[in-house]
Formats: sequence, structure tokens, C-alpha cells
Amino acid sequence: MHPAPSIIFFTSASGLGLGLAAWIVLGFVDMSNFFHLILVATIVFGLIGAGLLSSTLHLGHPERAWRALSQWRSSWLSREGVLAVLVLGGLTCWFSYTYFYGSPPEWSAWILIALIVLTVYATSMIYASLKTVTCWYHPLTPACYLMFSASGGLLVTIWLIVTVEQMASVEIQSLAAGLLVAAWVTKFFWWKMLETNGSISTLETATGLGSLGKVRSLMPPHTSENYLQKEMGFVIARRHAIKLRVISVLMGGLIPLFLLLLTPTSSIALGLAVLLHLCGVFVERWLFFAEAKHVVNLYYGD
Amino acid sequence: MTSLPEPSAIKLGLVIDLDICVGCQACVVNCKEWNTSGYGAPLSDENAYGANPSGAWLNRVHAFEAGEGESAKTVHFPKSCLHCEDAPCVTVCPTGASFKRAEDGIVLVNEDWCIGCGLCAWSCPYGAREMDPIEGVMKKCTLCVDRIYNDNLPEEDRVPACVRTCPTSARHFGDFGDPNSDVSKMVAERSGYDLLPEQETKPVNKYLPPRPRRKPEDAPMSLVAMAESNTPNGFWKWMDSTLDKLG
Repeated sequence: MHPAPSIIFFTSASGLGLGLAAWIVLGFVDMSNFFHLILVATIVFGLIGAGLLSSTLHLGHPERAWRALSQWRSSWLSREGVLAVLVLGGLTCWFSYTYFYGSPPEWSAWILIALIVLTVYATSMIYASLKTVTCWYHPLTPACYLMFSASGGLLVTIWLIVTVEQMASVEIQSLAAGLLVAAWVTKFFWWKMLETNGSISTLETATGLGSLGKVRSLMPPHTSENYLQKEMGFVIARRHAIKLRVISVLMGGLIPLFLLLLTPTSSIALGLAVLLHLCGVFVERWLFFAEAKHVVNLYYGD
Repeated sequence: MTSLPEPSAIKLGLVIDLDICVGCQACVVNCKEWNTSGYGAPLSDENAYGANPSGAWLNRVHAFEAGEGESAKTVHFPKSCLHCEDAPCVTVCPTGASFKRAEDGIVLVNEDWCIGCGLCAWSCPYGAREMDPIEGVMKKCTLCVDRIYNDNLPEEDRVPACVRTCPTSARHFGDFGDPNSDVSKMVAERSGYDLLPEQETKPVNKYLPPRPRRKPEDAPMSLVAMAESNTPNGFWKWMDSTLDKLG
């Protein structure tokens, strides 16, 4: 599948922002100071907002994007949009309440966390509900999205805790390290599934000509690449997949993990860990698209 | 609403006869011609006169080779939207632009609502949907909805453009909801089948398999063999022996 930069940025940035928001509403960062509140709110809304805006960039008609909120009964893309709007509204209320009255009631945090988890799940289900892309159509796909959102969000949270000159407790650090490892272990299983989980369809079932014997593509229906091949026939990444996986694990997992464990009080080092993690997730997300094979490629002899 | 309607009593669609299609591309061209001036925005092309022309087409003809050696067969393979009963392209649409008509099962795109996200094309296993490169909306076969119900056209023209133009009658249009329709009978007689049945989209369009080819030993005798097996008599016997004597 074609790895559109706008979609890679959307899923990575909004996933990170939503994960961060979940830890924030749990009260991990002290926000009694006005400047801390502004800093946290800017990063939360910046990440989620930039992600959502980016997702409209690949549309043919971005000015009609509001229509995408209407079909939540059947479409995961629509559900994702509706939930994201609810989360943004809920977070606005939560931050306003914190500013005016101090800590919001605990139940509001749990409602927001439920909405956040559902939003990340809905994002992943846009892909995991497509039967035409075998490696996406698997429960491990939402598991990866949720794990990356939770672990990346906590990493940003720890950076914010240290930046506002507090100490992150050993428990929070251990939780972040554990989640980071768990996220990449989940991804490792997803990559394993990608290699073993073959498509149920073949060129024989695609053409119905299997009774005549093995089927081969003889002639494409056109002289140059068409939309289907550009959109669904992306193959460059498959040659470098292993190298790119190593790069993504190093940047997104191992180096941030070491920085987290070795320099837990340095705001600069943790900031670097967050940036590297985001870059690692970009590569992971790029591979998520570039390695995915769509069933329509069968008709083009691939 | 992009939830699917209850299965309709009338199920309009196509039968494509792979035994007959010669891959002439006439259906491809007539489809483009009709649909560039019919339903919705024109079907645009990019770099139409350049080295790598591309554009949106609603019907494309592949060619495949099936089998090995002497029994291998070239099969020309037209492919357009199959107007599936469980159309995944309809349910994934976030805007309600992609819909299946409750009255006859035709799958259409409301181009005024389409945001051009491309998710419906991702959900289609057949590659039946293509984004219009200039309009930024999704294009697909309409089953020529603006022909088949069009009272301004002579009756023989009230079929999809691809069916009307096919010089070999490899494409047929009809109602699969009616077991006595021509298309239903054709499918029953010739064991018509679904493409990618395991994708569980329940396509309405059906394909008829190529008829089995005669084995070489069952083929009619060649003229030379026929001539050699005949023993001449009368005048021809006399001439044959006289010419033999001449050496």
C-alpha cells in the first residue's frame, strides 16, 4: 500500500497525543502552575490537532471533511472522526476546569480515558477492518496501535514531569520502560504474523480459471501505471524491510529505553528520547503501509 | 446512509463470457466515452498525449494465460464493478457518498458528497474503483444508470455502454433476482461463477468459464491426411498409375 506521508504523520502524532492525554487526565503531571498547564495543553492539542489536520491533507475535497462525521453506524473512519471530536471537546472542558477550579472530578478522567482508548482503537480499525489487506486484517493491528499510543504517551508524560521540575517516580519510570518493551514485542509478533499469514486469495480464485491450471498475467490492461498500482502496488520497502525494522526498533524502542533508564532526570535527554521515539514510530508506520499487500495486486501478476 | 440496504428483489448486473471475449477493448473505450459525458464529473486523463498517459477508467480488460504447454489458454478478462451484495466499499465510506440502491442493487457514488479519501478503493478486492485525478472524487461503474432507465434512448440502447458495443456479445446485462431472466439462465447453463468468493463480497456480476478445448486427436482430419487416405479410382486411378510409370 502507498505510504502517504500525511496518513503516517496523522496516525503517529495523534496516537502519541491521545496517549499523552490519557496519562495527563490521570494526574501524572502537576498542573497547579499556570505555565505548566499551558505547556501541557499546547503539546496535547498540538499533537492531536496536527495529526487530525494532516489526515485531511490527502483528501480530494478537504472542505467536505465534516461529512465524514455522519456514517458512524458502519464506517470506522467516521467513528474515528466522531470520537476524536468528542475527545477534543472533553479535553477542552477538562483543561478549562483545571484552570478555573483545580483538579476535575475523577469520573471525568475515566470517561476521557475510555473515549481516548476507543479513538485509538477506531484509528487502527480503519485498517484492521479491511479484508483486502491480509496483514492488517488481524487483532494484532489494533493491539500495536494501542500499545504505541500508551507507551509513547507515557514517555512524553515523563519528559513533561521532568521539564516542569518534578521527579518522575521509579514506579512511573518502570511502567514506561515496561510499556515500551511490550509495544515493540507486540510489533515483533505483528511482523512475524505478516510473514506467516498468507492471503487466502490467489490469481486462480481471482480469475476463476484455476480449473485450467496455473494462471499467469499475460498483458496488463493499460500501457502505463494506473491509480490502482500507484495506490496499492507499492513495493520499494519490501526490499529494505529488515533494515528499516531494525532502524525503527533502535530509534523507537532501544535508544529511548536507555535514555529513560540512564538519564531519568535530564529534560534534554528525555526530550531527545521522545523525538527519537516519534521518528521510530514514523518508520514503523511507513513500513505498516509499504509492506502491506493488497489483494488487487493479484490481477497485476504480483 | 452507507449501511447496506436489505437485499433487493431486482439485482441488476452483468454476465461476462470469457469463452467469447477477444480482448478488443471496444467495451473499455465505449465505457469511457459514455461516462465522460454522463453521470457525474468527466472521467479525466493525465498526460493523455505524453509518454505515460494515465486516467480514470471504469472498465479494464486484462489478459491471462492459464494452464501449461499445449493445453495453455489465453483468456481475455474484462473487469468492472461487480455491484456486490455485501459491498465493503459502501460500509467503509465515512460520508454516505458511497451507496447501494435499495431498488435494483446498483452501487453508486454521490460525487457531491465524496471527500476523496480513497478508503472505498482500498476495501474493494477487485480494483473496481479509481480516483479521478482532476476532480478528486471516486469513480466507478454506474451500470450506466443513465442509459438503462433512459426513455429518450431507443429501447435497444437501454443497456450499459459496454454491453451495447461488444462486437462478440461477450457481455450481457440483466436481472439476477429473476431466475427466469436470460442472464440467470446463462449462469445456470454454463456454470457461471463469482470472482474471489473467499472475500465474501457476494458479487452480482458473474463470469462464464471458457469452454473446454478439443484435444488434438479429436480435431478434424487435416486436408493432406484426408487426401492421402483416399485411394483414387476411374480416370484418377489411370492418371496416377500413368504418371508413376513416367518416373
